[in-house]
Amino acid sequence: MQPQRRELLKLLSLMAAAGLLPVRAARSEDWNKAAFEAKKMDDVVRMFGGGAPQQSIDLVLNGPEIAENGAVVPLEIESKLSNTESIAILIEKNPNILAAYFGIPPGTLPWLQTRVKMAETCTVYALARAGGRFYYAAREIKVTIGGCGG
Amino acid sequence: MDSTIRVRTKLEGDLVQMRVLISHPMETGLRKNDAGELVPAHFIELVSFTHKERTILSAQWGPAVSRNPYLSFKFRGAAKGDKITISWVDNQGESWTDEAFIE
Repeated sequence: MQPQRRELLKLLSLMAAAGLLPVRAARSEDWNKAAFEAKKMDDVVRMFGGGAPQQSIDLVLNGPEIAENGAVVPLEIESKLSNTESIAILIEKNPNILAAYFGIPPGTLPWLQTRVKMAETCTVYALARAGGRFYYAAREIKVTIGGCGG
Repeated sequence: MDSTIRVRTKLEGDLVQMRVLISHPMETGLRKNDAGELVPAHFIELVSFTHKERTILSAQWGPAVSRNPYLSFKFRGAAKGDKITISWVDNQGESWTDEAFIE
């Protein structure tokens, strides 16, 4: 980090602590540790305060049929569920099932693309919260070379 | 830690598609280096995007997000020249804030 930048960050964090900044900076306690340590989808949903999720055709998960490199698996998720509040990506056979969680405020489209690591061939889930309920879509992705060591 | 955040924007009306590439090792804690030692987990936990003092996306990530994370998303209410502030915090307490402007 450049020294100037460090000074600026220090100043910004002091200002944030003093409540002088309008937008609160992200804090580590905002990270849902229990959800990221969960092994099963139901447990992830529970850690985000929901009940049993339902499969939905209004949630679309796109990805490759075969991922040559498990370290970089491109995914696209689109929700057609009204009032989609969040979208998460779960990978069944990774050491921990939850890969990423995205909070989607009003004005942001329930659509995203990202890249994840997959340890081995398994089912990948898109999980969305819409109108307070949880829905999921599933897709099997075959992995040629696992990517969790990387 | 030095980081860079590369952002490309595509504006259509007031809808903008953001394509974001963040440099970060995103170490899982399971990988061994050439000497056979485990490389400690080092990954971004929180990422937030703000536009006009409003959060437009807030993400929580685990180590299964690929190295040098890529993310694309879309939001409404944007105009050319608008500033987007991007911040991340990782599991080792490092953080980074950057700005991008809608083209």
